[in-house]
Amino acid sequence: MSETRFKTVRNLPPDHLLGTGTAMCAGCGGLEALHQIYDILGEKTVFINAAGCMTLLAVYPFTPFRGSWLYTAMASAPAGAQGVRDALDILLERGRMTAAEDLQTVVLTGDGAAYGMGLSATSGAIERGLDFLYICYDNEGYGNTGQQTSGATPHGAGTATNKGALGYPGDKKDLFAIWAAHRPAYVATVIGAEPLDLARKVEQAMQLTGPRLILALAPCPTGWGFDPDATVQLGKLAVETGVWPLKESRGGKTMHTKVPKKRLPVEDYLKCQGRFAHLFVPERKDSVLLEIQAKIDAYWGAVECHGAVDP
Amino acid sequence: MREMLTGNGAAAWGARLAEVEYLPAFPITPQTEIIETIAKWIDFGECNCRIVMLDSEHSMITAAGAAATTGVRTFTATSSQGLLYGMEMLYTVAGWRAPFVLVNVSRGLASPITLEPDHNDILAARDCGFLQLHCATCQEVLDSVLLAFRVAEDPRVRLPVIVNLDGFYLSFTREPVKVPSVQEVAGFLPPFDPQNQGFRAGTPFSQAVAVLGGTAYSYFRYQSHLAARNAEAVFTESAVLFNETFGRSYQAVETYCCDDAEVVFVMMGSFATKAKAAVDQLRAAGQAVGLLRPLLLRPFPAEAVRRALVGKRGVAIVDQNLSPGYGGILHSEFAANLYGCRDVNPVLVSFIGGLGGRDIGPEEFFEMVNITRAAVASGCIPPPRLLYTESELRDMRKWQSIALEHRSGGELQ
Repeated sequence: MSETRFKTVRNLPPDHLLGTGTAMCAGCGGLEALHQIYDILGEKTVFINAAGCMTLLAVYPFTPFRGSWLYTAMASAPAGAQGVRDALDILLERGRMTAAEDLQTVVLTGDGAAYGMGLSATSGAIERGLDFLYICYDNEGYGNTGQQTSGATPHGAGTATNKGALGYPGDKKDLFAIWAAHRPAYVATVIGAEPLDLARKVEQAMQLTGPRLILALAPCPTGWGFDPDATVQLGKLAVETGVWPLKESRGGKTMHTKVPKKRLPVEDYLKCQGRFAHLFVPERKDSVLLEIQAKIDAYWGAVECHGAVDP
Repeated sequence: MREMLTGNGAAAWGARLAEVEYLPAFPITPQTEIIETIAKWIDFGECNCRIVMLDSEHSMITAAGAAATTGVRTFTATSSQGLLYGMEMLYTVAGWRAPFVLVNVSRGLASPITLEPDHNDILAARDCGFLQLHCATCQEVLDSVLLAFRVAEDPRVRLPVIVNLDGFYLSFTREPVKVPSVQEVAGFLPPFDPQNQGFRAGTPFSQAVAVLGGTAYSYFRYQSHLAARNAEAVFTESAVLFNETFGRSYQAVETYCCDDAEVVFVMMGSFATKAKAAVDQLRAAGQAVGLLRPLLLRPFPAEAVRRALVGKRGVAIVDQNLSPGYGGILHSEFAANLYGCRDVNPVLVSFIGGLGGRDIGPEEFFEMVNITRAAVASGCIPPPRLLYTESELRDMRKWQSIALEHRSGGELQ
């Protein structure tokens, strides 16, 4: 990572730009991350939103944003960003707008759009080299509609559509790898519980042009079943157990930005969430727990061997 | 300049003369020639426009709406399945009040999948909030694109417009088209002034935010309706200016030999030219018939339609679309519009024809007049008539027997 202005947490922005009193749930890990991201991005931005929890940030006649906003639909926020970016470029080229009036084009979607319905539009925007920042708040399910299983739901999690004894039988899709395979300008995972790592990555993304992804794991009290005051603690556990690797990819090279020295057992992360309670009561599902732990160990084993996991 | 242009070529020329700045695109038959033509002009420096290929029509319409909302003149085109694939965004960008022009080259909808035209695609978009112009000739295609931009961008309207032309019959048919000069067009269509719309640092703008409850929702929906209603007068004004500038006259509703007609055909699009030819033949045979063709379908020119049908005894509405379980969509529009009018109460007879490009022959127009006159005389209105000939049915039976033979593995006889 190049020189950063965020050397310690003391360097983080002291002022918060995003307004409060929105319709987000108490303890929303997505909002936690967005606050931090917005403080760094600033108000010279236009957020292009896809249907999801954060669509309710801007409800007429209020908005928490100091800059601009365009709600599109669930599948096509990147195409909205394409239209806005291209139009801004045309206005700049033709002298109908000054460079000082230019805006960063920022897509804001949840995992439902980012991992599923919006993938075609996202892939298209990356292949065209669109200059935009894509923020995904990943709460690992269709959170806004009550946490049904999405493409981001992890193995074994209970959701509104997987209430059985073993939870969701599939695996979480690797959106980081899907993005990285497109060779975009930048891809990074972040979490609100690690604000310094997050700030450096947003700073890095802002220095680049082209498609850039900031993928934020968003602990979700209502969807995951934990107390809203535990959001930060759960986020830290996601990193320390190795469930959520903090990493970035540039020029085809992936770097881990925070490798847990001694990984905590994944159980520590799972057992404090209602969505995994069926793995512990009425009896322990050791086979599932071992399976989840083995996948995490295999991931980090590869990182320790190669320094990274190739997408 | 007079050129032999296809309908697609005429649409491309309309966009070029409107000096469109942005073209989000996606290919689909029979539209593709439009975007290819403009792309070539861009590549050879004849057109100062940015083209971008999107991943779908859904994305394409999103990008078009977003660019128009940001303040550049935007044009795009699609057909059929593409229009329906983007349907969610048709409603959405109309609600953004994003003024741009979309050309739809009509083509029948799956299933069964086909390439040739009818109007179920464009009529599925009837209620999305776009205004609709339905063209009958290649000249009208070029002219309608220019008219559409002027109406769309008018501050009293601020709505996107679909210009519709029929696949194959117009899209791939060459007709002589007068192509006006850039200077002439500049007098008719000033540069796009987005006024208070657009995203700029320093003037934050929240577009398309959510609303909670019916009060705000209804307000914005009503605003779109009232703007669409304004568009009829704006269209008429624009058509007057168009006539002064280019010497070609357009009306929201075209009438042909209607004044003394007893029976009037109602048709839209290029197939209306078949009806026009049939009117000439019927008149030669001593029948007092005429033709009414809505050029403007949204907003619906209700008063103009009523005026044109005062004193008529029978109206044969030939729908090139089918609402299964009801019949023709234009028929229901006309019936609703005329219901309860004391001085305008013709017998409306519904016909379905031209689906998937099926021809409508002169003898069928003669027969439709007979059926309509019989309904007038008896006061007995028949259910929607599905135009189909015995020879077509024989062909169909032959194909069915071939399909069945293959299925059963039997030898063809």
